[in-house]
Amino acid sequence: MAEAAIANPLRPALDAVAARDTSSLSAGQRLALKYFLVAMVLFVAQMLFGLLAGLQFLYPELLYGVLDFSVNRMVHINAMIVWMLYGFIGSIYWLVEDEAGVELVGAKLANINFWVLTSAVAVVVVVYLVVQVGPGNKMSIWLINEGREYIEAPRWADIGIVVCMGVFFYTVAGTFMKGRWSGISGTLVLDLIALAGLYLAGMFYTTNLSVDQYWWWWVVHLWVEATWEVLVGCIMAWGLMKTLGARREIVTTWLYIEVAMMFGAGILGLGHHYFWIGTPEYWLGIGGFFSALEPIPLVAMVVHAVYDAGRHSFQSRNHPALAWLIAHAFGNFLGAGVWGFIHTLPQINLYTHGTQWTTSHGHLAFFGAYATIVIAFIYIALQRWRGDVWMSGDLPDRGWKWKWSLALLNVGMLGMTVALLIAGYEQSFIERAIGGSTWAAYFEGQTQPWFVQGMQWRMVFGVLMTAGLVLLLWDFLTIGRGETRPAKEVHAPGPHVG
Amino acid sequence: MSDGVWWASQDFWRKCAIFVTAFMFVVLILLTFHSLAAITAGQDRVPAYSVINHRIDYVFDEERNMKVPVIGEEAPLFGEILTEEEAKALVDLGKLTVQAKNCMNCHTLLGNGAYYAPDLTKAWLDPGWGNEQARELLMTMFLKDPKTNARTYGTNRRMPDLGVTDEEVRGIIAFLKWMSAVDTNGFPQGFEPLPQGGS
Repeated sequence: MAEAAIANPLRPALDAVAARDTSSLSAGQRLALKYFLVAMVLFVAQMLFGLLAGLQFLYPELLYGVLDFSVNRMVHINAMIVWMLYGFIGSIYWLVEDEAGVELVGAKLANINFWVLTSAVAVVVVVYLVVQVGPGNKMSIWLINEGREYIEAPRWADIGIVVCMGVFFYTVAGTFMKGRWSGISGTLVLDLIALAGLYLAGMFYTTNLSVDQYWWWWVVHLWVEATWEVLVGCIMAWGLMKTLGARREIVTTWLYIEVAMMFGAGILGLGHHYFWIGTPEYWLGIGGFFSALEPIPLVAMVVHAVYDAGRHSFQSRNHPALAWLIAHAFGNFLGAGVWGFIHTLPQINLYTHGTQWTTSHGHLAFFGAYATIVIAFIYIALQRWRGDVWMSGDLPDRGWKWKWSLALLNVGMLGMTVALLIAGYEQSFIERAIGGSTWAAYFEGQTQPWFVQGMQWRMVFGVLMTAGLVLLLWDFLTIGRGETRPAKEVHAPGPHVG
Repeated sequence: MSDGVWWASQDFWRKCAIFVTAFMFVVLILLTFHSLAAITAGQDRVPAYSVINHRIDYVFDEERNMKVPVIGEEAPLFGEILTEEEAKALVDLGKLTVQAKNCMNCHTLLGNGAYYAPDLTKAWLDPGWGNEQARELLMTMFLKDPKTNARTYGTNRRMPDLGVTDEEVRGIIAFLKWMSAVDTNGFPQGFEPLPQGGS
């Protein structure tokens, strides 16, 4: 404690280094840490159930009748959605007071809200694992499982989620209203309204599957390919200011450009999900055209992040966070942008829709666009929690844990994506183009050596990712501990010359 | 970035963001009204539930350059002609069962879902059932006891026993028959249905 005070007499807040408690944090920041903790628990769950589901492709008898593929896969994708939402909520609670300039409004309520939401998530997961399926009636949909990919949460939980999101929204919007507004917070609040509103589109039952999937895509697409992207754009803007000292004016202008392009392409890009579900033929043209434009804002985000980092000569106050922000920019562009584009035109999608192409795209897009930025934010939070300590270059042990976990997670995901894509190529060719998509053709595709090898390599890279996650969590527990140097000062660069 | 040029000003891009978003959303709403009218059951693209009383085929349409479902003569499911209401109730039971049993986390429906088991879009028409006469019986046996009657084609991927009742089985089959008559713009490409017309 004394050392810290001597090293930086202007920062009494560094006293918290020795205490390592949360008393130096604001109410919003303490809440953010709780959300991040649950997010990481769910990340582990996502990984474990993903490994199980991946193994079942190779060993179908594994846990057959006990934990079937459908259950493992459901927990795998639901844990992902929820941990990312927790990561976003945590990130927003982390930045809200700093951005608004006042204390969190309704901190107590927000805290209760966290426990209610987390208890609900726990109950839903236990029911998924223990009860699994129910009889074909509405009670099953209300109490066990809605049976619609990504939004399987039973209806009671849907309602609970909406209420909890309402409370979350109230605390965040209320804080900005009490304090000051900015371009970032204005965009964020409007985006949260859209995000919460869209969830309602998935909360009804209909016999007509075409109508069902029409609205289902409103939730799934307009979340992950529109409102989530804008949300991480806001978080990214704030993150670049904090890690690099980027100028607010620049990040805000970029944010508006990204919103214009993201919604400009992404809203009607929804049409690429309406090619084959019974909807009229005009969606082939509209969906194909606008979704082909969707990578453009993602290119802009890469340019933005890399340009900013370069302008600051990569001098950041938090190297791990900056590295993950850059990983986010590239991962978003590659996973959501390139991997989305390669099968988005209806002429190719006719052969790839519902094959491992989608899996390949889904994995890299969710990881690249969302997992990365949540991880970056956790590093930002940990730095502050551990007393605003040094997290730039020259870390103890040369920062091997964060560097290796970054490498293992990203290489693991890229390898898995490529393996799945090769399996997808093979599936499109054998099952679709040649076999005409009959059941026999499906299984013919699944047994081809290239498909099976794709599944094997996916497991290898999945294990690599798991090792990366273990290392990441170890780093989260240790980074900055015992560090006495204060965080590096970063400044906005002068006006651009030439 | 904001030094003077209008196209780099924050204000310009804020307005752009607002107008572009609002415009695109309005267009989506208008298209949604049109699309929902087009996919209401009983319209051209999505059949009425009583379609389960008829033979369904999948044939090439020269004009559209794709295969389309063709609704043929009467061919009642389980030998019983149902009214529109009865048919809707049966398809509804099937849809509820498909959701409650979490089918979508192994199979795809209209190509959406998981990829561990075959697409169900044209399952009713799949040539794997052999012929029209055997189809209903084979489907029933499979759904009632998927362990014993597994159709894994050498992959060893068996469907688990989901405990479906006799009525739920009838519902699932009705739902699959109805789904096979949805006009999916030629998806899945190149699909050859099982022989039609009692051959």
